[in-house]
Amino acid sequence: MTERAASKPRFDAVTIGASAGGVEALSELLPRLPADLRASIVVVLHLPRERPSMLAEVFARRCALAVREAHDKDALRPGTVYFAPPDYHVLFDRGPQIALSTEALVQYSRPSIDVAFESAAELFRERLLAMVLTGANEDGAKGLRTVQECGGTTIVQSPQTAKSSLMPASALRSVRADHVLPLEDIATLMLAFHREGRL
Amino acid sequence: MDAEEVSEADISPLDTFDIELRLLVDAVYLRYHYDFRRYAMASLKRRMTAAMSQFDCRTLSQLQDKVLHEPTVFSALLNYLTVQVSEMFRDPGYFLALRTSVLPLLRTYPSLKIWVAGCSTGEEAYSLAILLHEEGLLSRSLIYATDINPHALKKAEAGVYEIDRIAEFTDNHRKSGSTHSLSEYYTAAYDHAVFDAALKKHLVFSDHSLATDTVFAEVQFVSCRNVLIYFDRELQDRAVGLFRDALCRKGFLGIGAKESLGLSAHSEAFDKVAREHRIFQKKA
Repeated sequence: MTERAASKPRFDAVTIGASAGGVEALSELLPRLPADLRASIVVVLHLPRERPSMLAEVFARRCALAVREAHDKDALRPGTVYFAPPDYHVLFDRGPQIALSTEALVQYSRPSIDVAFESAAELFRERLLAMVLTGANEDGAKGLRTVQECGGTTIVQSPQTAKSSLMPASALRSVRADHVLPLEDIATLMLAFHREGRL
Repeated sequence: MDAEEVSEADISPLDTFDIELRLLVDAVYLRYHYDFRRYAMASLKRRMTAAMSQFDCRTLSQLQDKVLHEPTVFSALLNYLTVQVSEMFRDPGYFLALRTSVLPLLRTYPSLKIWVAGCSTGEEAYSLAILLHEEGLLSRSLIYATDINPHALKKAEAGVYEIDRIAEFTDNHRKSGSTHSLSEYYTAAYDHAVFDAALKKHLVFSDHSLATDTVFAEVQFVSCRNVLIYFDRELQDRAVGLFRDALCRKGFLGIGAKESLGLSAHSEAFDKVAREHRIFQKKA
C-alpha cells in the first residue's frame, strides 16, 4: 500500500464544481476535511451573478480549513478553500495563483466549471484532483475530460445520490471517472489520500 | 510556503503551447508594437486557443506565421488578444458608492477630468457620463476613455448597443441609486439602442496603452475596473503608477471588485475610501 501510494502523485490542488444542491453537498464534504491538508481547494459553485456571495463567511465558520473568496492574483495556499466569486471566471497562473476573468459566460455560467477545470488541468497536470458534484446543467463535463487528458484524477458524485443528477450524469458521459461515489465516500477517500500524504 | 511546499507548477518546464504563446506575443510586439508580453497567461491562453480555431490553425506557430505575414489577421486577432466583455453599470454598488462617497468631493472642482482606462466598447464610460448627468456635473466634465483595441473604440464612439442587453443595463442602472429611467438616455432603433449625442459631447475616446504609453492629462478620477486582472504584477504596477501620476492630489481611483492594490508598489500612495467597492484616494 505504502509503495503503491508513493508511486502515485501528490495533489497540489483540488477543484470542485457544483450547481443546484451544491451548498448542501459542500456542507457534507468540506467540514470533514482537516486543517493540515497540503493541497489548496478551489470551489466553483454556480451562483446568481448580480449579488455578493456569503459562501466564504458561511463555510469559514463550519470548516477546519481556512476559507476565503478567490481574488485576482491570490497565491494558492495549502489547507485553504477558495470560492469562485460571482460573475468572474477562475483560472490559474504559474505561482500557482488565481487569475480572474470577466470573459463571456460559458455554459450559461460565470464562473464556469469548465473554464476553471481546463485551466487547472493544464497547470497542475497529474497533481490535480477534480470532482463534479450535484447540479442541473452540463457545465464541468468538458472540463473534467481535460483534467483526465492531462493526467489528473477525476471524481464524480454518483448521480443517484446527487440532489440534481444532470451534472454528474453529464460528467460521466464525458469521462470514465476514476471514482464515482456518494458524498460521504468522497470525504472518506479524501481523508485516505491525506493519510497517504498525497493531499 | 516553505521549500517543501513549493508546487510543481512553479518549476515545471514550459510546455510547447506556452513557448509558442511567448513567441507569438513577441512577434506581435516586434511587428505591430502592441505589447501583450506582460499579460496574465491563463486567460490569454484560453483566448488564443479560441483564436486558433477561428483562424483555422492547428498550432499557435501557424497562427504566428499568419499574423506576421497578413496584417488583416492581426487586426482580427486583436479581438482575441483583448477582452471586450463589458456592461453598463456593472456592479451597481460601485456607482452607488461613487454617488455617495466620491461625487460630493468631485463637486468642489470647477471642472472635472475623468479617465476610464481600458474602456473597451464604452459601457463604463457611458455609465459614468449618465451618473455625472444625474448628479448635475456632466456639463463641466470631460471623460477620457482609452483602449488599445481600435475596433472596440469605434464601437464605443458609436454608442450603439444591442437592444437585448438593455434589460440588464436598466436593472443595473436602477440599482446604482438612480431616480431616472435609463430610457431617457437612448433611442431604440430596430434591434439597437443609440445613446444620446448629449452624452457623447463629454466623452473623448482615444487609443492609449497602459503597457507602453505615458500619462496624457491630469485627472481627478480614474476608473479602471476588471482590466488589471488581465495583466501580470509588473504590468499592474506600471498601470497603477500611471494612474498615480495622472491623478491630482486627493484624486480618486476605482478598480474591480476582486482586484487589489495591496501588493502593488504604489499601494502606499493611496487611502481606502470605500473598501468593499475598491475605491481609493491618492494621498495629499
